[in-house]
Amino acid sequence: MKIILKSIFLFVITATFLTSCAPSDKKNNKGAISGNAAEKVYVAPGELDSHYAFISGGFSGQLSVYGLPSGRLFRVIPVFSQDAEKGYGYSEETKPMLNTSHGFVPWGDSHHPDISQTNGSVDGRWVFINENNTPRIARISLETFETEEIIEIPNSAGNHSSSFVTENSEYVVAGTRFSVPFPQRDMPISEMKGNFSGALSFLKIDQETGHMNIDFQIKMPGFSYDLSHPGRGKSHGWFFFSTYNTEEANTLMEVNASQNDKDFIAAINWKKIEEYVANGGGKMQPANYAHNTWNDDTHTATSVMKKQVLVVEPKDVPGAIYFLPTAKSPHGCDVDPTGEYIIGNGKLAASMTVHSFSKMIKAIDDKAFDGDAYGIPILKFDAINYGMLNQPGLGPLHTEFDTRGNAYTTFFISSEVVKWNVEDLKVLDRHPVYYSVGHLMIPGGNSRTPDDKYLVAMNKITKDRYLPTGPEVTQSAQLFDISGEKLDLLLDFPTIGEPHYAAGIAAEKIMPKSKKIYRLDENKHAYGVQSEAETRVVRKGKEVHIYMTMIRSHFSPDNIEGVKVGDKVFFHVTNLEQDYDVPHGISMIGANTSELLVMPGRTATFTWEPKEVGVWPFYCTDFCSALHQEMQGYVRVSPRNSKAPISYTLDGDIPGEEEE
Amino acid sequence: MKFKLLTLLALISFTFLSCGGEKKEKPSYATSKKKAVKKSTAKKVDINAVSLDNKGIGPIKNLTLAAIDEQLVAEGKIIYKTNCSACHKFKKRYIGPALKGITKRRSPEWIMNMILNPDEMLKKDPIGKALIKEYNAPMANQQLKESDARAILEYFRTKN
Repeated sequence: MKIILKSIFLFVITATFLTSCAPSDKKNNKGAISGNAAEKVYVAPGELDSHYAFISGGFSGQLSVYGLPSGRLFRVIPVFSQDAEKGYGYSEETKPMLNTSHGFVPWGDSHHPDISQTNGSVDGRWVFINENNTPRIARISLETFETEEIIEIPNSAGNHSSSFVTENSEYVVAGTRFSVPFPQRDMPISEMKGNFSGALSFLKIDQETGHMNIDFQIKMPGFSYDLSHPGRGKSHGWFFFSTYNTEEANTLMEVNASQNDKDFIAAINWKKIEEYVANGGGKMQPANYAHNTWNDDTHTATSVMKKQVLVVEPKDVPGAIYFLPTAKSPHGCDVDPTGEYIIGNGKLAASMTVHSFSKMIKAIDDKAFDGDAYGIPILKFDAINYGMLNQPGLGPLHTEFDTRGNAYTTFFISSEVVKWNVEDLKVLDRHPVYYSVGHLMIPGGNSRTPDDKYLVAMNKITKDRYLPTGPEVTQSAQLFDISGEKLDLLLDFPTIGEPHYAAGIAAEKIMPKSKKIYRLDENKHAYGVQSEAETRVVRKGKEVHIYMTMIRSHFSPDNIEGVKVGDKVFFHVTNLEQDYDVPHGISMIGANTSELLVMPGRTATFTWEPKEVGVWPFYCTDFCSALHQEMQGYVRVSPRNSKAPISYTLDGDIPGEEEE
Repeated sequence: MKFKLLTLLALISFTFLSCGGEKKEKPSYATSKKKAVKKSTAKKVDINAVSLDNKGIGPIKNLTLAAIDEQLVAEGKIIYKTNCSACHKFKKRYIGPALKGITKRRSPEWIMNMILNPDEMLKKDPIGKALIKEYNAPMANQQLKESDARAILEYFRTKN
């Protein structure tokens, strides 16, 4: 009893200090959490978050969906990697999504999500995300939260300065971080300089379907194109790409690519090039890249290999491309909401470079050039530079903006977020992050209209911030309230993979159109059925096709005989439900694949090649009703030489027999 | 000892109240318990009995039927097949009850409300409650429109 009493006493003391009425203790070393932080992130049971945050899954290859301000994880959308939980990349329908010019690739390294825009504001139609390793861009529907399209980028490697969209989603871009021979060829690595190229690709977006098509590729010098952002407002029509390794080093890059005091931001007048190619400019060159599209009517993906791409040489479009000298090895290249300021986050520089778009245009008119690089004019630094933010911190990586003229920059080495005024070039506040922050995100951050209440800092290292889980610890994000003068740290929350960048949007822009079910009468899947009466089993040589349905809580048919060892059995399973949030799953013992998780009204397929005779069960994997445990069936497998014909029943009848 | 505990409890309550947090009323378990008692003493409903006065609970309040509309029957047959036949047969008890003669047993309003509003019907309607007890599997809401349910009803009228 004494112990209990002591515990209660301790609890009371602790509670007194931890509850919201306790005075905020600025002296503690927990990051100066202010007194009412818990209140600001608490979303009570049954209530909803105000914002969606689409946070890159990094080397998981996926895209995660969080709520803000709670930091709760809602869904991991499979994009570039197989996801056994959802059957993505395992089901016959989704396998083509992961096809590339190198064949089926089960994994990807996803990086920078960006939401489509209309008139310079995020519109919630699609979110795009790039893949670094096998250069690709994916488009995800924000009605279904599923990957609808993946396009490979030819003549590229390390697709890092991607996948940012222009202010009316005219284009989404891709850029090469690891310059390579263009087109690929067998040549000595040491002869890189002058012989490699970095492709910058502009993918046109169909405004109805969202479909992406490489409109043109610019064959740029063999630098490393690191990040990019579109011009907006007055600078709409331009795109800015940061570069490093203008030294064109091919070995011990951490030293050899850090020699030049200044690298460049490449300014691309894409409107000019768009016009040039529309009038027949550029040269069609042979290429080989996969274009994979998902069809929501047939519930099936198809992969098409494209065989050519339009290539533009910078020298052929004079006045379209310039280099802006920018302090040492800039990483992020960010454009403020007005479109006037272009920020180079020089990760090895003591100061941050702020260029002025209007000065850049004047410098171009005045031909204020400082030589050229491979024929591309280099603008005079003093002619374009608005100013420098002197010694704001160590290792600036990325900057986002609010609507009040302020910028927020992450500093990797000094582990902090710094708030500064863009016009005044003055630091206003700084706040430590835990630890080594990479990207940051303000909802609508890459647009003319940031929704500037929250800021999410995405950290590379967490060390002691969470309970340890062996050598590999969770990735982490930190939420700030930026509505006041000071950065107010509210919450730490774990993320998946490495959280490279994120895109945020107000919930009301997505919620009302979030899809609930797929209509059965619109199901055009080649093996879909509309009712149990159509379920059947058909043998085609060694292939057995099961046209199966699922509904709470049975399969039709659920007793199947006549399958033989060595057959390839296709389960084509249609979920007959038409109610919200009633998916069914299915798995089969001995199938060398994942389960299927089938949404209401959808059809999906897995294959099973039985190796042993016997009677083998299959069952529903997603708890669907009080009778979920009863949702199962059997397949009888006979020897190869068996003469047993295919037969199938449900409750002793051939499905649908009685009805006619 | 008891006294000490009470003091502590008081102290705890005070700690929480002094924060000025919103005081929310506790859910009243007593009320729901009372309801449960009522339910168990309710008269047993015969699910096979003819009950044409019960109109059920849902969007359909009053429906007057005219002569059978053959075109509507054909429409209803298609909708029924896709949305209902996975759980119902006409002559045989299946996941749900056999539907032969249903328009002789139930009012047209009740039938349509059961199609359109199954969740509430199974919770509140006396026949609905008796049916779930007998058949275990709750009827799925297939998100049909009123016009779909009306067509199914017309089809049912030909299945007597």
